[in-house]
Amino acid sequence: MSKNKKTVIILLVIVALMIVVPLFALKGAEFGGSDDAGSEMISEIQGEEYEPWFTPVLETALGGELPGEIESLIFCVQTGIGVGIVAFVMGRLVERKKWQDKLEQPETKKA
Amino acid sequence: MLKKKEKLSILAAALLMIFAVAPVSNAMHVMEGFLPVSHCILWIVICIPFLVIGVLNIKKLLDNNRKTLTILALTGAFVFVLSSLKIPSVTGSCSHMTGTGLGAMLFGPCITSILGIIVLVFQAILLAHGGLTTLGANCFSMAIAGPILSYLIYKALKKANVNKKVTVFLAACLGDLFTYCVTSFELAIAYPSEVGGIGASMVKFLGVFATTQVPLAIIEGVLTVIIVIGLETYAKDELKSLNF
Repeated sequence: MSKNKKTVIILLVIVALMIVVPLFALKGAEFGGSDDAGSEMISEIQGEEYEPWFTPVLETALGGELPGEIESLIFCVQTGIGVGIVAFVMGRLVERKKWQDKLEQPETKKA
Repeated sequence: MLKKKEKLSILAAALLMIFAVAPVSNAMHVMEGFLPVSHCILWIVICIPFLVIGVLNIKKLLDNNRKTLTILALTGAFVFVLSSLKIPSVTGSCSHMTGTGLGAMLFGPCITSILGIIVLVFQAILLAHGGLTTLGANCFSMAIAGPILSYLIYKALKKANVNKKVTVFLAACLGDLFTYCVTSFELAIAYPSEVGGIGASMVKFLGVFATTQVPLAIIEGVLTVIIVIGLETYAKDELKSLNF
């Protein structure tokens, strides 16, 4: 159990480092890139600008691109939904294990 | 004079190299309207059997053991979280993970295709990320091809009695990477290079997608190991009923 805890902590530190290091190692890099960059590659191969034949439903409805802040809001909503469910389920499972352990203990004492 | 020219040409070459590398995309999904109609339909048709079997498998799974619903929800949520996080990579651009490796190992690739397509539809409609016309192609790469590879690696290494954590790591990591290889392939057959054809443009797209993805694939592998450690500690019964 405590060995698992240690592993998890070490792994989380590795993940954090892997995310943060490029940010500092490549100062000045854009880290933006957008879906446009993919299309740049396509126009490079094709030798001409590519016109998508279908625009995203949302962009048609808005009559333009989704504002950056709103996009990050929706991305956050996506993360939030996910984290909420993960936290809820994990919380349930952790509590359940506590109860199970508690129920098992008195029995072993009797025996 | 000659030296100056040499220097200039070297400089020009260096600049070219920088600019050839710089426009790296963070978009793992094929963009809306970027595949020919015939390709869009083809990929959707390829996806349909997986999705149908996925729905049937979920029904069967829940009929057999209602308790696994919580684990299924957790797996779906894991995909939701990982595919929403844009992570900076060593190439100086961002990309995001797939999170589908976990589902593939626990439930198999067909059920995972359902989990994946939920996220893809969410992103295509609300975020203009990926797209409805390219849904089939994106679904195939992220929710079918990647998970199939994860599943196969997981089964093979499990049989070979490799350490569980190493198995989970490799399956999730390589599945993630494979997703991007398939995306490159989808783009390459839609946009074959004039010189060198599909192969040449495949190399180009791989250069964009795969190199950015390598560190992210490793992160995905590590995160999947963490969640598996959690599940093994707190949800032993469910994992047993899933034959994990």
